[in-house]
Amino acid sequence: MKVLVPVKRVIDYNVKVRVKADGSGVDLANVKMSMNPFDEIAVEEAIRLKEKGAAEEVVVVSIGVKQSQETLRTALAMGADRAILITAAEDPAQDIEPLAVAKLLKAVVDEEQPGLVLCGKQAIDNDMNATGQMLAALLGWSQATFASKVEIEGDAATVTREVDGGLQTVKVKLPAIVSADLRLNEPRYASLPNIMKAKKKPLEEKTAADLGVDVTPRLTTVSVAEPESRKAGMMLGSVDDLVEKLKDLGVV
Amino acid sequence: MAVLLIAEVTDGALNMDATAKAVSAVAGLGEVTVLCAGGEVEGAAKEAATIQGVTKVLTAEDPLYGHRLAEPTAALIVSLAEGYSHIAAPATTDAKNVMPRVAALLDVMVLSDVIGIDDAETFRRPIYAGNAIQTVKSGDPVKVMTIRTSGFDAAPTGGEAAIDSVPVGTDPALSEWVEDKVAASDRPELTSAGIVVSGGRGIGSKEDFAIIEALADKLGAAVGASRAAVDSGYAPNDWQVGQTGKVVAPELYVAVGISGAIQHLAGMKDSKVIVAINKDEEAPIFQVADYGLVGDLFTMVPELTEKL
Ligand SMILES: Cc1cc2nc3c(=O)[nH]c(=O)nc-3n(C[C@H](O)[C@H](O)[C@H](O)COP(=O)(O)OP(=O)(O)OC[C@H]3O[C@@H](n4cnc5c(N)ncnc54)[C@H](O)[C@@H]3O)c2cc1C
Ligand SMILES: Nc1ncnc2c1ncn2[C@@H]1O[C@H](COP(=O)(O)O)[C@@H](O)[C@H]1O
Repeated sequence: MKVLVPVKRVIDYNVKVRVKADGSGVDLANVKMSMNPFDEIAVEEAIRLKEKGAAEEVVVVSIGVKQSQETLRTALAMGADRAILITAAEDPAQDIEPLAVAKLLKAVVDEEQPGLVLCGKQAIDNDMNATGQMLAALLGWSQATFASKVEIEGDAATVTREVDGGLQTVKVKLPAIVSADLRLNEPRYASLPNIMKAKKKPLEEKTAADLGVDVTPRLTTVSVAEPESRKAGMMLGSVDDLVEKLKDLGVV
Repeated sequence: MAVLLIAEVTDGALNMDATAKAVSAVAGLGEVTVLCAGGEVEGAAKEAATIQGVTKVLTAEDPLYGHRLAEPTAALIVSLAEGYSHIAAPATTDAKNVMPRVAALLDVMVLSDVIGIDDAETFRRPIYAGNAIQTVKSGDPVKVMTIRTSGFDAAPTGGEAAIDSVPVGTDPALSEWVEDKVAASDRPELTSAGIVVSGGRGIGSKEDFAIIEALADKLGAAVGASRAAVDSGYAPNDWQVGQTGKVVAPELYVAVGISGAIQHLAGMKDSKVIVAINKDEEAPIFQVADYGLVGDLFTMVPELTEKL
């Protein structure tokens, strides 16, 4: 079985995000970019499936600007076999919407015929949490989102999902879309020799136009603003002071 | 304009808080029809019919919908979509699972975690873990969205909407339910609780999390946790508060042994009053806390529990 893993290049999760003064977006100039943390988890899971013998090949795909190559190389260094880059924008500030991403991924799936697509649950920039579900819809496939455990048995996957009430386990027919949640695994670091090796692994480049997909956004950004900020309050000297404050507030 | 609102029904029970808050969020958009889908929905439908602002309640009762599986649920919603300008649901994990699937089947974008509706086409939503608020205009013929309910007041009850059943769809037979692991608790539900007490990595062990639980019980509070506490096995996953966990906005949020990473703040910074207890006076949590106590949680929390 082939596993396809979509990986997105996003602002690093440690960066303090700044909204641009003109309200057009957030400042992406000279900030550290990394692989979306959930996608690292998805890549890790795919590699583990291969190591267990449940998968033969791990293909990673990224959609965005040319620089997403770096993200794909990181995935190759972790242990993915080959990469596909679909350039769909020139401006790093242009985000490709989940619906367009899902349509592009569908075109890749039609070509590659994977038995499983393992994506991240959410991109930490747009916080959409949508692409995997949309791709499953377009393909007419089953979906198991927010996975904390994945087991492949024959033509089905048993997936434990993190849901509001606790955990839910579902069995989905393959081919399927699974989206990775935080506790699925702990991604490995790429070793230096593997980083070197990754440079020689195949990376195929395409454009959205090659795949015949229209990526025109359905949502237009009117403005981007800072959230209401909270001011730091006061430091209290003792537990008694806190008890006092809570009584004053009437919460206790 | 008309709104189809997907009610949150779990094992026959209506999540009244989330559903009523979602009703008040969309009420300005047009007549609101609520869909209750599940294995058994009679009770839930009757309750939903009492929410003011609801014009009609539709029921889809079949074992097929009993475990909120995405494939049959999305197909059902799409079969009912005609005539609605907006299809909405509270942003629960169930809705986040289903609504993007619905949107793609209708060839429209989804609007995730809407916190404000400016007009029928213009919506506000947080991005970058709540570090920015985006206002977007949707050009799609039907707007499919999930609503972050923490910022809305629940619509009052006292209404008497009509209840109608809709035809049940066929089983796409793509997935089957295996089991639910749900911990029963007498505590209030995390996202609707008036007080939340959360513990972080500083608690150090599953056993010591009892300190947090004792304080919560004294306050009649729900218990939350940071990702680090959940990852370390001190607390179950459904207690996680944050960018990728639950979003809460209680009257009082008490953060104990939590440093205050932006991903955690994303889930609690709209709380009315924030109290932080941390031994590190430089911890970023103090930058958002109304009241801070610097010191060892193992002495301070039991003392607080005792003195309340
Ligand atoms: C993609 C992604 C998503 C994430 N989503 C979330 C999310 O939804 N929710 C979330 O919470 N995090 C999330 N995180 C993780 C987040 O970045 C932080 O790592 C996490 O919040 C840290 O948890 P913590 O504050 O408990 O631990 P730490 O940062 O380790 O802080 C522990 C604190 O406890 C204090 N402490 C220790 N001992 C004591 C003591 N005896 N008495 C008093 N204080 C003490 C320390 O001073 C310290 O401030 C996410 C991260 C990523 C990458
Ligand atoms: N531009 C992209 N390129 C590759 N994968 C993507 C892209 N956007 C989203 N994805 C995948 O879809 C997941 C969910 O993203 P989102 O729906 O945007 O929150 C991510 O974790 C990725 O696995």
